[in-house]
Amino acid sequence: MLTIENLSVKVEDKLLLKNINLNMDNGEVHVLFGPNGAGKSTLINTILGNPKYKVVGGSIYFKGKDITDMPIYERAKLGIGISYQSPPSIPGVKLKDLLKIISKVDWEKIEKMAETLHFKDFLKRDVNVGFSGGEVKRSELLQLFAQNPEFIMFDEPDSGVDVENVKLIGTIINDILLEKTKKPADRKKSGLIITHMGHILKFINVDRAHVLYDGIISCSGSPDEILNTIIKYGYERCIACYQKRKH
Amino acid sequence: MLSKEKTLKIKKTAEKYRNVPAPHGEDIDLNEYKINKSDVIIDSLEDLDREYRSQLENIGINVKEENTSGSYLQINNEAVYSHVQSKIEMMPISEALKKYDLDEYYWNLVEIKDKYSARAALELTEGFFIRVPKGVKETIPLQTCLLIGKEHSSQNAHNIIIVEEGGELNIITGCTTSAHVKSGLHIGISEFYIKKNGKLTYTMVHDWGENVHVRPRTGVYIEENGVFINNYVITTPVKSVQSYPTIYCEGDNSKATLQTIVYGKGQSVIDLGSKVVLSGKYSSADIISRSIADDTSEIVARGLLVGKEEEIKGHLECKGLIISDESRLYAVPELDARKANIDLSHEAAVGKIAEDQLIYLMSRGLTEDEAVSLIIKGFLSIDLSGLPPNLAKSVERIMDMTLDSI
Ligand SMILES: Nc1ncnc2c1ncn2[C@@H]1O[C@H](COP(=O)(O)OP(=O)(O)OP(=O)(O)O)[C@@H](O)[C@H]1O
Ligand SMILES: [Mg+2]
Repeated sequence: MLTIENLSVKVEDKLLLKNINLNMDNGEVHVLFGPNGAGKSTLINTILGNPKYKVVGGSIYFKGKDITDMPIYERAKLGIGISYQSPPSIPGVKLKDLLKIISKVDWEKIEKMAETLHFKDFLKRDVNVGFSGGEVKRSELLQLFAQNPEFIMFDEPDSGVDVENVKLIGTIINDILLEKTKKPADRKKSGLIITHMGHILKFINVDRAHVLYDGIISCSGSPDEILNTIIKYGYERCIACYQKRKH
Repeated sequence: MLSKEKTLKIKKTAEKYRNVPAPHGEDIDLNEYKINKSDVIIDSLEDLDREYRSQLENIGINVKEENTSGSYLQINNEAVYSHVQSKIEMMPISEALKKYDLDEYYWNLVEIKDKYSARAALELTEGFFIRVPKGVKETIPLQTCLLIGKEHSSQNAHNIIIVEEGGELNIITGCTTSAHVKSGLHIGISEFYIKKNGKLTYTMVHDWGENVHVRPRTGVYIEENGVFINNYVITTPVKSVQSYPTIYCEGDNSKATLQTIVYGKGQSVIDLGSKVVLSGKYSSADIISRSIADDTSEIVARGLLVGKEEEIKGHLECKGLIISDESRLYAVPELDARKANIDLSHEAAVGKIAEDQLIYLMSRGLTEDEAVSLIIKGFLSIDLSGLPPNLAKSVERIMDMTLDSI
C-alpha cells in the first residue's frame, strides 16, 4: 500500500528526515515512536504532501503510484487521510458543512458516528474553534470517518484525551477506521499511528513498530517488545542503534 | 408636519452645503444624476414584473410576503408599496410628515453637512417611516427594499424608525438596482430612535450595479437598556460606497452591535465604518468588520469608539483578507477615551488566507479553489447568536445566497 524509499526531507534548510525506508502492506497497522522533535509529524506531513516539507531525496509510492510530487488534495483523493496532532480552526465554517463537503458516506452514518463519539452537539459549531484538546481529536476522527480514506495517519490521536475517551477513540480507530475486526483478507485499510503513550495500543491491533530518532528510523520490530523497551529504558537504548544506523 | 422654524433651518443649512464635498469618498457631480419618479403601480409585491421580482429575491426580499410582518418598496423616489401585517405602523415618510409632528425626529440625528445630505433635504426624497408602538414586540421580520429602476438616476431616501418603549423590531433591508441599471446614485438618510428597553435589529444587504455610487448617512439614538444590532453585507461590485453611521448609546445600559461584511470585487471603492459614542453608564458596543479585498478593489474599514461615561465597555474588531496584489485594504480602528474608568479595546488584522487552513482542507480532498472559497465564506459569516430564531433563519438564508455567488 505504502512504500517509502530513501526519503530525505528539509524544512527551511533544516534536514529533518534522513534516508527513511518504510513499507506497509494492505491491512497493516504500524506505530511510530520517537522522542519529541524526532521528526514523526514531519514524516506524516511529507507523506500527506504538505508543501512546507521539501523532499530532497527519495520517493514515496502509494498503491503503486509515485506520489512524491503529487499535490496534497490529489493524494487525499487517492485515499490518504490524516488525523492532525494540532489542527487549525476554521472560523465561520460549521463542522456539519465541512463533513457534508468531504463526505463519501451517507449522512445518517456520519450522524450515528457523531453520536458514538458523543460529538453531536459539535456539528453546529465552527470547525475546531474553541474545541478542547480531546474534542479536537474526536473532530478529526469524525472527519476521517466521513472522508473514508484507505490509508490513515494518526498523529497522536490520544494526546490530551482522558482515559475513557482513549478507549473510545482506540476502539473506533481499530474497529471502524482500520477495520481490524474484519478478516485479514477483507481489510482494505492501513494505518500509521504516532503515540507517546502505550495506553491506546491496548485497543488497537498493531502489526509493527518503528522508532524514529533524530530523523532516522533507528529500529523496527514487534510493537510490544519495542514499547516495553522504551518504557523500561526510555529512548537511551535507541541512541546506540541510531549511531549504528547512521553509519 | 414640520414647524416653520425647522423647515427653514433645514433649508438654510442644506443651501449652505449644497456644493460641499464629503471628507471621504470620491466627489460626485450630482448634476449627472437626475431625480426620477417611478411608473410602477402594484397591489402586492407579486404584481411586480419578473425582472424586479428576481432582483428583490436576490437580496433576500420575500416577494410572496410570507413570514414577514410588513413590506415596503421604493423604486427611484417613489414609495410604490407599503403594507403591514402587524401592529407596527409603517408609511412613506412623505405621508408621515403630513400626519405627524416630526420636528424631533427629522434631521435630528444626521447632520446636513455635505452635498449628499443637502440633496436629500432639498430635492424630491421618499423613504419609510416605521414606528413600533410601546410594548409591541414583533419578532417576524419586516422587509424594506430600495430599488433604482432607471439608468443614471439619483435615488434619495430618508428613513425614520422609532421603537417606542419596550418595543422590538427586526428589519431586513435590501438595496439594489434593476438588472439593466448599471449606474446611479443612492443617497440614504436614516435616523433610528430606540427608546427605553427597546430593541432594533437591522440587517441590510446591498447589491448595486457596478457603476452605482452609494452615500448613506445614518444616525441611531439608543435610550436606557435599548439594544441596536446592525448587520451590513455587500458582496457584489459597486462603483463606490462611503458611509460612516454614528450610534449614540445615550441611555444607561444601552448596547450596540455592528457587524459589517464586505467583499470588495472588481473596481469597487468601499469606505465603511461605524462610530459609537458611549455616553450612558454601563453602555457597551461591539464593532465587528470582516473585509476581503479582491481584484482591484479598495476598501477602507473604519471604526471609532468614543467612551464618555464611566463603566462603559467597547470592543472593535477589524479583520481583513487581502487576496489580490492589485487591491488595497486600509484599516483604521480608533479609540477615544474621555473617562478614566472605562474599557475600550481594538484588534485589527489584515493578511492573506492562512496556509495551515488551506492545507487542512486540501488534505480532506478539497482543491485549492474549493478550500479558498470555503475559508472566505467562513471568514465572512455573520454571528447570528444575538438574533431571534426567526430572523436568524432569514439572515442565514440571505447570507448563504450572497456567499454562494462568490
Ligand atoms: N517549519 C519548521 N521550521 C523549523 N523547524 C521545524 C519546522 N517544522 C518542524 N521543525 C522542527 O523539526 C523537528 C521535528 O519536528 P516534528 O514535528 O516532526 O517532531 P515530532 O517527532 O512530531 O515531535 P513531537 O513528539 O513533539 O510531536 C523539530 O525539532 C521541529 O522544531
Ligand atoms: Mg509531532
